[in-house]
Amino acid sequence: MASLDDLKKRITSVKSTQKITKAMKMVAASKLRRAQESAEKGRPYSDKMNNIILNLSNNISDKDNAPKLLAGSGEDKVHLCVVMTSDRGLCGGFNTNIIKKAKTYFKKNSDNGKTLKIITVGSKGYDQLKRSYKDNIIEKISFKESKYANYFDADKVAKIIIDKFEKKEFDVCTIFYNQFKNVITQVPQEQQIIPLKVSKIDGNSSKDNYEFEPEEDEILSNLLPKNISTQIFKAMLENSASEQGSRMSAMDNATRNAGEMVDKLTIQYNRSRQAAITKELIEIISGAESL
Amino acid sequence: MSEGYKIEIVNPERSFLSKEGVSEVVVPAFEGDMGILKDHISIISFLKPGIIRVFEGSNEETYYVEDGIIEFKDNCLSILTSNIFDIKKVDKSIVKNALAKAEQDVEKTDISDQKKYLLDQKIEVLKSISLN
Repeated sequence: MASLDDLKKRITSVKSTQKITKAMKMVAASKLRRAQESAEKGRPYSDKMNNIILNLSNNISDKDNAPKLLAGSGEDKVHLCVVMTSDRGLCGGFNTNIIKKAKTYFKKNSDNGKTLKIITVGSKGYDQLKRSYKDNIIEKISFKESKYANYFDADKVAKIIIDKFEKKEFDVCTIFYNQFKNVITQVPQEQQIIPLKVSKIDGNSSKDNYEFEPEEDEILSNLLPKNISTQIFKAMLENSASEQGSRMSAMDNATRNAGEMVDKLTIQYNRSRQAAITKELIEIISGAESL
Repeated sequence: MSEGYKIEIVNPERSFLSKEGVSEVVVPAFEGDMGILKDHISIISFLKPGIIRVFEGSNEETYYVEDGIIEFKDNCLSILTSNIFDIKKVDKSIVKNALAKAEQDVEKTDISDQKKYLLDQKIEVLKSISLN
């Protein structure tokens, strides 16, 4: 059995760990509020963008000559996966869930004989993927310096992707991120952005007669790269809200577990203290009796 | 025509402006400035660097935009842009910085004609703002 001194030390150490996790939880909670707000504020933009693209692609008459970003390169051989994770750890299953989702996708595609290329955004994703997919990773991006998700970072990622697409380095592009549902649930998502899958709003197929200035094609080819930035930005916002939410609940659990541990250790400490006292008393009494 | 229509300006980070009852909006569309009144035909167009003027009765508000796309439908004008500021409230140094950067960019030789045209536009507009 551990000595009293050892137990005391352990209790203090668990208590100080608890202080840290508690502080992290508070920080995550306040960051979460901000991240959630910006995720909500960012939604109208991406929704509107989606609407306009939907209207445009409905109006395009010549589907074969549609911009490549919408129609795809016509082949389905090389898949580019953009795995978006956080730069910091200690956020529960946040990164692991994305990686798991991505790995299933990788496996499915490499079984079908497709070539895989991976871009990791966020250092944690790279750390987890480099073991098994080192040769597939063609780029790793990390935004450790930026405090909050911002549009310029998203734009940078989008430019890299578009650049690679124009060089015909891949045919299909999918992004992986966590969608923020609430503090406890974050749903890992895979979303194909090239060729763009326009989600049809059912029942609302009334063809609006728009006037375009300049021509549809020109607008589309200008708009599609922007849409990719927007989608990535949206994913980044959702991701940062999810990260904070996930960290908050993980740290909450850790704090609670530490509390339980302190209770248990304290009971053990008191018991052994009592045992020592009883032992000493017995010694004294039996010594006195023998006289 | 007493009633106006609705205008919404959003940028990726937030909803920048949302207003009901504007009478006219002049936007710097790609092929020239365009004034939009109520019951305009549905239109989609994109913007070049310039000034958006929002008229609300006798009120006029002006915003500088760098790029973006507009959609007008059912008397609702949506403007999506990534770079916008209110000309009256903006810090002069921001304008100066943007101007300096644009002037630097336009000197580059490896840019396309279209880009050059856009940059020239941008410089012109920014200059006119910084003079006021």
